[in-house]
Amino acid sequence: MLKEKDKIFKNLYGFEDWKLEGAKKRGIWSNTKELIKMGSDKIVEEIKNSQLRGRGGAGFPAGLKWSFMPKDSGKDHYLVVNADESEPGTCKDREIMRNDPHLLLEGCLVAAFAMHAHTCYIYIRGEYYSESSNLQKAIDEAYANNLIGKNACGTGWDFDIYLHRGAGAYICGEETALLESLEGKKGQPRLKPPFPAGAGLYGCPTTVTNVETIAVSPTILRRGSKWFANLGSANNTGTKIFSISGHVNNPCNVEEEMGIPLKDLIEKHAGGVIGGWENLLAVIPGGASVPLLPKSICDTVKMDFDSLKEVQSGLGTAAVIVMNKSTDIVEAIARLSHFYKHESCGQCTPCREGTGWMYRMMEKMIHGNVKHKDIDKILDVTKQIEGHTICALGDAAAWPIQGLFRHFRPEIEKRIEERNRRVA
Amino acid sequence: MHHPGTNNKVYKKINDNFEWSSENFKKISEIIKKYPSNRIQSAVIPLLDLAQRQNNGWLSKNSMEKVAETLSMSYIRVLEVATFYSMFNLEPIGKNFIQICRTTPCWLRGSDKLSKVAQEVCETNIGETSDDEIFTVVEVECLGACCNAPMVQINDDYYEDLDEESFKKILQDLKDNKSIKVGSQIGRKSSQPERKFDA
Repeated sequence: MLKEKDKIFKNLYGFEDWKLEGAKKRGIWSNTKELIKMGSDKIVEEIKNSQLRGRGGAGFPAGLKWSFMPKDSGKDHYLVVNADESEPGTCKDREIMRNDPHLLLEGCLVAAFAMHAHTCYIYIRGEYYSESSNLQKAIDEAYANNLIGKNACGTGWDFDIYLHRGAGAYICGEETALLESLEGKKGQPRLKPPFPAGAGLYGCPTTVTNVETIAVSPTILRRGSKWFANLGSANNTGTKIFSISGHVNNPCNVEEEMGIPLKDLIEKHAGGVIGGWENLLAVIPGGASVPLLPKSICDTVKMDFDSLKEVQSGLGTAAVIVMNKSTDIVEAIARLSHFYKHESCGQCTPCREGTGWMYRMMEKMIHGNVKHKDIDKILDVTKQIEGHTICALGDAAAWPIQGLFRHFRPEIEKRIEERNRRVA
Repeated sequence: MHHPGTNNKVYKKINDNFEWSSENFKKISEIIKKYPSNRIQSAVIPLLDLAQRQNNGWLSKNSMEKVAETLSMSYIRVLEVATFYSMFNLEPIGKNFIQICRTTPCWLRGSDKLSKVAQEVCETNIGETSDDEIFTVVEVECLGACCNAPMVQINDDYYEDLDEESFKKILQDLKDNKSIKVGSQIGRKSSQPERKFDA
């Protein structure tokens, strides 16, 4: 288990003061000026060496992403923090923003400096009202104490942070849709290239990064990339906040070392599966978009990017949705299909039409009200959606269904036969 | 499933001319300062939110036209945004806007029972407003508080770790105009693991 001293998020549950005074006691803002004095190249180098991978779902190497920002573009540079946390199962950034907002703000300054950005927008989902209110208060405190603003922390770097509330759209968690939304338009993803590092917000070089990625970066710089890289395993380093929800005795957010066995995570932190480990049916290990895993895999799998990829799933946002044997697994996935149907932005035909079709089909599958050949048909449709849309929402809608049939096909076949018998 | 925010038709009832309150007018100049001076269209979501708050929780055609005028945008661009995002209501809502999360993590912990309770206590169907206009009840997609499931959002606040009983009480208290406790209903701090093993 992760040692207390290696935890980055010391106030995850809000037992301590989240305001500036409390934050300073936890060491936040203590030597920010020295971190900045490392210079932008060294900061990016350190983040690269720490092997930190983005915490928003895709797991892209953070240092590499930061290094894509041009050095001298002659344009304004922007850092945009993606706080549009909407992936079902995920509720970690929320805890950072309401219980330790200064951790995020300090990260913004350091990261923005490394990317030559004087301006940062934090795009928070509109529903997070009390979270945005805490965050805004923290921003005001930081301005009042000259931690940000003109000559931030006495470094000579001018830096502004603005909070922007969204208005309810899952798709705005996709980086280019977020930028469109921030520009005052419908949140519909842009074709890439150009990538945001070349032409992002207002056509300027921009990096969009998840809250947790930014929030861990000052601690990495303070304690050194080696410390971070020594946690977890190569290519899957550091600590991670896991959100454990569903059929567990104590659903919770918890910071743990990357690569912790899924079983340990559930039993040591979440009070175990309701009804005991033997009562486990399946787990969605990384937020709604990744394929589920049946118990046989959950017994041994480790929670990191590469281990979960090996079993044809993914770490995603590390949101662990636990389902015990009382679950109607088909309806659980059908509900996710409903989610994607609702959240499709409507731009690409395969996704707009496909998510609705898949949802209607999944609804029928719950009652076995389909033919055997429909199973192959829906799998074929998922393949036609996957990879044929501008953004990854199409893929995200397809994967949970593929995962269901990969591991629970006999369950649906049984329902079809039962219904056939009933009707006949 | 009908949701006021996803209704693409602008509600026909046109209220009296919408003008910014002086307080909101001041707020607008603060909001616009966040964006480059040639990019004030960025403020459309914050301004629609402000207009909705001033207009009892929904956006009339007049209010959207006001937002368009304020930001020098064409009305259709504002309408486009207002219809895209689920938090904008294009028809009047009740005093208490009850949004029940229905997505899998909440469903696994009994959100469908909450929907039933809401329909009984509020005396209305999902997607509709009660006759006394005290409640509008809708089912929504994931609100991002999955470790505190099942949960609902009532107006701006989250009510978490619910069960049928505690939810019934919340709704009844709202009906009786009593104050209600925001956040976890089982006395948990944020999403901490319950400490029942400490003993």
